[in-house]
Amino acid sequence: MDTLEQFGAGDQDAFEALFRQYQSEVYRWIVRLVRNPGVAEELTVETFWRIYRHRNRFDARRPFGPWARRIATRVAVDYLKSIDHRESTGQLLEPVTPATRCSGPDPVVQGEVRDQIARAFFSLPVRLRVAANLALIEECPYQEIADALDISLSAVKMRVGRAVALLRTSLERMGMRP
Amino acid sequence: MNHDDRELEFIRKQLRSRLPPWNGPELQVDLWPRVLRRLEESPVTFGWFESILAGLAAVTFAIFPELLTAMLYHL
Repeated sequence: MDTLEQFGAGDQDAFEALFRQYQSEVYRWIVRLVRNPGVAEELTVETFWRIYRHRNRFDARRPFGPWARRIATRVAVDYLKSIDHRESTGQLLEPVTPATRCSGPDPVVQGEVRDQIARAFFSLPVRLRVAANLALIEECPYQEIADALDISLSAVKMRVGRAVALLRTSLERMGMRP
Repeated sequence: MNHDDRELEFIRKQLRSRLPPWNGPELQVDLWPRVLRRLEESPVTFGWFESILAGLAAVTFAIFPELLTAMLYHL
């Protein structure tokens, strides 16, 4: 019986072996979604707790990594839904420093534009924000996003397209046209 | 590059300059002790199926209390 089968049968040593192999990968994935190392640690613990609880649903013939990533994504999405939008904006949005401003003709205006886009981004519904974060900011391949969110490729494209449309509307409301 | 692509590129660029891809430090601590603690703390939870079964049993015993003594006899 290999480690995955032993894990499926409830062997805690096999679970620890899998945990040690995947904890960094799961953490890295979650921190990209929530952008807060402390929260990402907590959610990594929560993810492995859920993995252990649902071990009987795991198919030992399939790879462990993608299954763990799907659960991690669900945990991160639940967290993002649970926190207030303003709280998440304040937590995740660092103040603009001169170094992060672009080198356009008016850096103050450019900085404001980016702040407004970031605010509009954080006001997106979580399911759109997560897809847009992974596709536009983290530049993950669409198939990887589809696997992590457990949705089809076309659903990912639709979510990203909808997020871009909402961001465009926000920009237009501010009198800006891309 | 058509208008939609230009627009997507503009939004992507602005977003990434304000919210760059995450490039923070790797995981610094071993989370195994916290996972173990979480496993030990897990309360015994009842799912919806168990709750329905318990409810049905309670209703059955309320309507037919003699079943309770019959069940206790067989235990």
